[in-house]
Amino acid sequence: MSKYREILFGPIFDNNPIGLQVLGICSALAVTTKMETTVVMALAVTLVTAFSNLFVSLIRNSVPSSIRILVEMTIIASLVIIADQIIKAYAYETSKSLSIFVGLIITNCIIMGRAEAFALKNPPGVSFLDGIGNGLGYSFVLLVVGFTRELLGSGKLFGNVVLPLTTEGGWYTANGLFLLSPSAFFLIGLLIWVIRTFKPEQVEEA
Amino acid sequence: MLEHYLSLFIKSIFIENLALAFFLGMCTFLAVSKKVETAVGLGIAVIVVQTITIPVNNFIYTNVLKAGALSWAGLEEVDLTFLGLITYIGVIAAMVQILEMVLDKFVPSLYNALGIFLPLITVNCAILGGSLFMVERNYDFAESVVFGLGGGTGWALAIIALAGIREKMKYSNVPAGLRGLGITFITVGLMAMAFMLFSGIQL
Repeated sequence: MSKYREILFGPIFDNNPIGLQVLGICSALAVTTKMETTVVMALAVTLVTAFSNLFVSLIRNSVPSSIRILVEMTIIASLVIIADQIIKAYAYETSKSLSIFVGLIITNCIIMGRAEAFALKNPPGVSFLDGIGNGLGYSFVLLVVGFTRELLGSGKLFGNVVLPLTTEGGWYTANGLFLLSPSAFFLIGLLIWVIRTFKPEQVEEA
Repeated sequence: MLEHYLSLFIKSIFIENLALAFFLGMCTFLAVSKKVETAVGLGIAVIVVQTITIPVNNFIYTNVLKAGALSWAGLEEVDLTFLGLITYIGVIAAMVQILEMVLDKFVPSLYNALGIFLPLITVNCAILGGSLFMVERNYDFAESVVFGLGGGTGWALAIIALAGIREKMKYSNVPAGLRGLGITFITVGLMAMAFMLFSGIQL
């Protein structure tokens, strides 16, 4: 059992795809201005990673290694098209604000990276768990960043007012910087600092 | 007319910088920016691939995928836009492969200089992102050439600048937990803030 727990929960703190493996950062930064888009994106990436791992692992013994990248790309692209169509059908407004970033899940290196590093060498069940685990690690960073940016940038969570703004008669002066791109870089930098303070073995030699 | 293209060019380099304003191509951006020399190689490769793939994808989009685009073949009601993603990534992978072969045959010096960066570019989201922006903003063919060139140049500029900063940073005493990735993120954040000064420029 402990092996499965390791695979599922390891990527959240010990081996975080964003904090340690430097994978999948593009979308992590761009969609985190609001909690709503953040949650949709986190869900989409987790599911696509899990299923691409599952399918790659299922066919791992019958694909020659010379064309495996092409096959993996096709699997991932098809899954992303499905995710894109589902989001467009059930959450049209969110899909507008996610703009091109749903499509960019294809080039999200977490998915390709896990398929190459894990799914090609392991049986389907474990690969599926690994996909979910890495998706959760990614979601964790995304949710922390999204939470901070929406709360401090516009005083809201999921669109509900939490800190009443001075412009609307409340007391909180919104910090506009948190809605702009630089804040996402700062937040992830600081998050990495926090994780590495508690996990000193992750510190890099500079 | 020329003004319009010039303005689009400047906008795609500085104001809507693919790396610093839209976070595209971040994985390679952070991983390959340790030395100026490699950063220059990768930057040039991105410019070349971007300038080729965006117009090609634009051509395919307007003539095959767009709703009603197949009317020249008598299929007025066919809408293939949902095939967009898989087509663009296919075109990018194929273009990178062709470019690799052409460079190897005719310009071996450049091929050796770019080295492993060319195949890496297939999974660089700045390239796919450029094509998706082209579709979303309805650029025509000429505009997509300018956008490809400008977007690539902006990305190259950002990665070369970051590599320059990181080379100097070797000599500074960074807190242990921030070493490596952490401080790089904060540096990029400061660069993004600096680039925001360009916003609002109109030609």
